[in-house]
Amino acid sequence: MTDPDLYISVLPFYAVIVSLAAVPLILMSTRRANLREFWTLAASLVKFSLVFALLPGALEGRVAVFTFWEISPGIALALKADTLGVFFALIASGLWILTSFYSIGYVRGLDEHKQTRYFASFAVCLSSTMGIAFSANLLSFIFFYEILTIATYPLVIHKETKVAIDAGRKYLVYTLTAGVLLIAAAAWTYRLTGTLEFQAGGLFGDLSLSPSVVTTLFLLFLCGVGVKAGIMPLHSWLPAAMAAPTPVSALLHAVAVVKSGVFGVVRVVGFVFGPELMNQFGLSTMLALCAGVTVIFASLLAFRQDNLKHRLAYSTVGHLSYIVLGAALLSPASLVGGLLHIANHATMKITLFFCAGAIYVAHHKEKISELDGIGRAMPWTMGAFTVGAVGLAGVPPVNGFLSKWQLGLGALQAGEVLPLAILVVSGLLNAGYFAPIVYRAFLKKAAVPYEHGEAAPAMVVPLVFTALLSVLLGLNPDLFFHFYRLANIISGSILGGAGP
Amino acid sequence: MIIQNSPALIPLLLLASAISIPLLAIRKTGIAYVTAAAAAFCAMAISAFNTYRVWESGPITYHFGGWIPPIGIEYVLDPLSAFVTLVVNVVAFVVLCHAGGLKDREITEKATPYYSLVLLLLCGANGMILTGDLFNLYVFLEIFSLAGYGLIGIGEKQAPVASFRYLIMGTIGASFYLLGLGFVYIVTGTLNMADMKTMLPLLYGNPAVTAGLTLIVIGMGIKMALFPLHGWLPDAYTYAPSTSTALIAPIGTKVAAYVILRVLFFVFDVKFVDQTLPVTDLIGWLAAGGILFGSVMAIAQREMKRMLAYSSVAQIGYIGLGIGLANPLGLIGAVLHILNHAFMKGALFLVAANLRKNAGHSDISKLDATYRNRLPWSMAAFTLAALSMIGLPPTAGFFSKWYLALGSIDKGNWVFLVVILLSSLLNAVYFFRVLEKVYLLPPTDPEAGKALPKLARRRAVGQEEYSLMIPTVVLSFSLLLLGLWNANIVKGILQRIIPPGM
Repeated sequence: MTDPDLYISVLPFYAVIVSLAAVPLILMSTRRANLREFWTLAASLVKFSLVFALLPGALEGRVAVFTFWEISPGIALALKADTLGVFFALIASGLWILTSFYSIGYVRGLDEHKQTRYFASFAVCLSSTMGIAFSANLLSFIFFYEILTIATYPLVIHKETKVAIDAGRKYLVYTLTAGVLLIAAAAWTYRLTGTLEFQAGGLFGDLSLSPSVVTTLFLLFLCGVGVKAGIMPLHSWLPAAMAAPTPVSALLHAVAVVKSGVFGVVRVVGFVFGPELMNQFGLSTMLALCAGVTVIFASLLAFRQDNLKHRLAYSTVGHLSYIVLGAALLSPASLVGGLLHIANHATMKITLFFCAGAIYVAHHKEKISELDGIGRAMPWTMGAFTVGAVGLAGVPPVNGFLSKWQLGLGALQAGEVLPLAILVVSGLLNAGYFAPIVYRAFLKKAAVPYEHGEAAPAMVVPLVFTALLSVLLGLNPDLFFHFYRLANIISGSILGGAGP
Repeated sequence: MIIQNSPALIPLLLLASAISIPLLAIRKTGIAYVTAAAAAFCAMAISAFNTYRVWESGPITYHFGGWIPPIGIEYVLDPLSAFVTLVVNVVAFVVLCHAGGLKDREITEKATPYYSLVLLLLCGANGMILTGDLFNLYVFLEIFSLAGYGLIGIGEKQAPVASFRYLIMGTIGASFYLLGLGFVYIVTGTLNMADMKTMLPLLYGNPAVTAGLTLIVIGMGIKMALFPLHGWLPDAYTYAPSTSTALIAPIGTKVAAYVILRVLFFVFDVKFVDQTLPVTDLIGWLAAGGILFGSVMAIAQREMKRMLAYSSVAQIGYIGLGIGLANPLGLIGAVLHILNHAFMKGALFLVAANLRKNAGHSDISKLDATYRNRLPWSMAAFTLAALSMIGLPPTAGFFSKWYLALGSIDKGNWVFLVVILLSSLLNAVYFFRVLEKVYLLPPTDPEAGKALPKLARRRAVGQEEYSLMIPTVVLSFSLLLLGLWNANIVKGILQRIIPPGM
C-alpha cells in the first residue's frame, strides 16, 4: 500500500462549513420565506460543487487535508478528504440539493409550522454529515457524529405530536447511548495505540492484543456506530423516527444519518481494525452474522407494515445491512458491492420516500391499503416508485442490481455461500413486500375517485430525477461521479492493493 | 511596586471594599452594588494579569509583610492557583453583572449588607486558593463560610433553616479541618505548605499524620458536598436568593475541591495518598456514588433550582472522581471540570433566576412552550448549557468527560468509566425533560397563552431584559469556546500543574 499523496486544502473545510454558515442567514430571514429557501438552495449547490471539486483528486489518489487545531493534546480536529470520504460526501451533498427543492414543495404543500427551525436543523445536519465523511481521526468523527445526533432531534420531533415526541425520546436514548459507547471505545483505543488517526488497513499496527480486549473493543465500536446503521437489535429507533416529515425521512433516514452509521462501520472495519485483525479474531464472522440476520428479519418485518413509511423504514434497515455485510466479508468485490450500495440504495430509497411524501401531500394518505388505483392519479410518482422498488429487489437495469451482483461475487470470493443465499432470499422478500404496493397502485380500482392529481412540480421533478438517476447509474456505474472507480480504489486501499 | 504585590492584591482589595461598602452606601444604597461590581471587575482583571505573569515566568511566591516563611504567611501563585482564581473571579463578575438586573426583587432593603457579604465571600474564596499557609487557609475558609451562611439565609422563608443547617454542617467541616491541621502541626511544627511538604516524607509512618489527613479530607469533603456529606447543599441552593445560588454553586464547592486537591497532591505526596493511605481511592469511589446518586435525585426533582442542586452533587463527583484517579489525565479532567462546571452551573442557575424573575417560579412541572417565547435567549442559553452538561461536542462538557474517561482507562478502573458515561445519559434524561417542556409542550391553560402577548408587546426580544439576558448568554456561549479551545488551556496551563511523582 502506497501512502496517499496528501495536500493541504481548505476545500473540505468549506464543504463542511458552508451549510453551517447558512444557518444564521436562514434564521435571520424567518419572515421572508423565499429568501430563507434561497439560502438553503444556495448552500446545497455550493456544498455540492465544493465536494465535486474534490473528486478529481480522490480519483488520482490525492487526499486533501485540513487541520483546525488541537482539541485534545495530540489529537487535532482535522479533516481529510480521502476517497471514502469524498464518496460518501458526494452522495449526501448531491441528494441534499434535490431534497431541498423537494422540502420546499413539501412544507409549503402542507403549510407546515416552524419551517425556519426545519431548514436550519437540516443545514446543521448536512454540515455534520460532511464532517463525518471527512473526519481524519476518531475524535473528530465522534465530534461530528454527536452533533448530527442533536441536529436531527428537532427534525424527528418536528410535528410536536405525542407520537413524534415519543419517537424523539426513543431516538435520543438509542443514539446518545451509542455516542457514549463510541467515546469509551475511542478513549480505550487511544490508550492502547496512542493515536486515533484513521488508517487504511487498521491503526493497531502490530500491537499484540488479547482476543477478549479486541472483541470487547469491537463490540463497543459496533454498538456505537451500529445504532445509526440500524443493525438489529439496535434498529428500532428508525421506524419510530418515521414520525418526522417525509423529506427528513428521505434524506436523513435513508441517506445522511443512517449512512453515517454504515460509513462508520466501514471506517471501523477498514480503518480502525483492518482486515487482518477482523479475520484473525473472527470479528468479520460476527459482523456478517449480525448483518445477515438483520437483512432477513428486517425484510420479514417489512411485510407487516401497513404504513408506507414504516415499510420503507424496515426496508432501509435491511438494505443498510447489505452494506455492513459487504464490509464484513472483506473480499474485494464485496467491499465494492457494499460501497456501491451506499450510493445505489441512497438514490433508490430517496425516490421511494419522495413518492411517499408526494402521496401524503397530494392525497393525505399514509397507508398502503388506501393506495388502490393511485397510479392513475399520480402516474409519474408511482412510475418512479416502481423503478425504485424494482431496483431494491435487485432487478436490472436499475442500479440495485449492480451492487447486489458485486456483493454476491464478493461472497463467493470470500468462499462463503450463505451470504449469497441471504442475498437471493432477501431479493425475493423485497419483491414480495413491494409488489403489493405497485399492484394496488396500478391494477386495483379506486373506491372513491381521487380529487387531485400529482403533487407540486417541486416535488415531482426531484423524484423523477432520482428514479432516472437510479436507472442511469444502473446502466453505467461510472457515470458523472465515478462511483465504481471510487469504490474500487477504496476497496484496494483497505485490502492493501489487492483490489480487482 | 504595586505590580509585584499582585498576588496579595485580590484578597486585600476585596476585603477593603467589603468593609467600605457599609460606609459608602450610608446615603445611597445603590452605591453598594456598583462598588461590589467594580471590585469584582478589578479582581477579575488582576487575576487575569496574575495568570499572564505565571504563564510567562512560572510560579511566584509572595511573602506577606516581608516575613520569610515559615514564620510569615506566604502566598503562592502557581499555574493551578492562578487558573482557579481566574475562573472564580470571571464567573463572579458575570454573576454580579446579572445581579444588577435582579436587585430589586429578592433583597430590597438588605442591599448594603448583601453586597458586602458577596465581596467577603469572594475574598475568602480567593484567599483560600492563593494562600500557601494551611492556617491562613482556615481563616479564609471561615470568612468564606460565614459570608456564605449570610448570603443563603437572606433568601426565602425556608432559607434561614437551610442556612442554619449549612452552618452546623459547615462548622463541623471547618472544625474537622482545624483538628486535622492540629494533628499535622504537632508532628511537623509548621503550617507552611511548602515547608510541610519537605518534612512529611520523614513522618509517613506516624499515626498523627494519618489521622490529620483523614480529618482534613472529611472536613473539606463536607464543604465540597462530597457524597454522602452533601446533605446541606440541596436546601441551601434551592432557598437562597438567585444571585447567592448562582455565586455559591459555581464557586463554593469548587474551592473546597481545590483545597483537597492542593493538600493531597501538593502538600502530601501522590504516592502516599494513593498507596500508603489510599485516600484518593476513597474519594474516587464516594464521588462515583455521588455522581449516580445526584443524577438520579435530579431526575426526581420538580423544582429547577433543586434539580440543579442535585446535579451539582453529581458534578462535584466528576471533580472528586478526577482527584480519586490520582493520575495526570484524571487531574486534568478534574481541574478542567472546575472551569467547565463553574460556567455551566453558573449559566443554568442564572436561567433559573431569570425564570423566577419573569414568571415568579422555577417549577419544572409548570413550564410549557410559552416560556420559550417569553425568554428565548435564556432558554437558548439553558439548552447550550444542558448539552454541555450531557457532554456533547463541541461544548466544554464533552472534554471533561473525555479526559476523565481517558484517566479511568489509564488507571484501569472500568467502573469509573461506566459511571462517567452513564452519568452523561442520566444528565440527558433530566435536561431533556425540561427542554421538551420548554420547546414542545403547548400551554395547558389557554389564559396563559392569552396573557402573554399583552406583556410581550412591551419589549422586542420576548420579555427579556438585556441586563439579565446578556450575562446568562455570555456564560453559556463561552462553553462553545471553552470546548473548542480546551487543548490550549490543557497544554498551556493544566499540563504544567501536574505534581511531580504523578
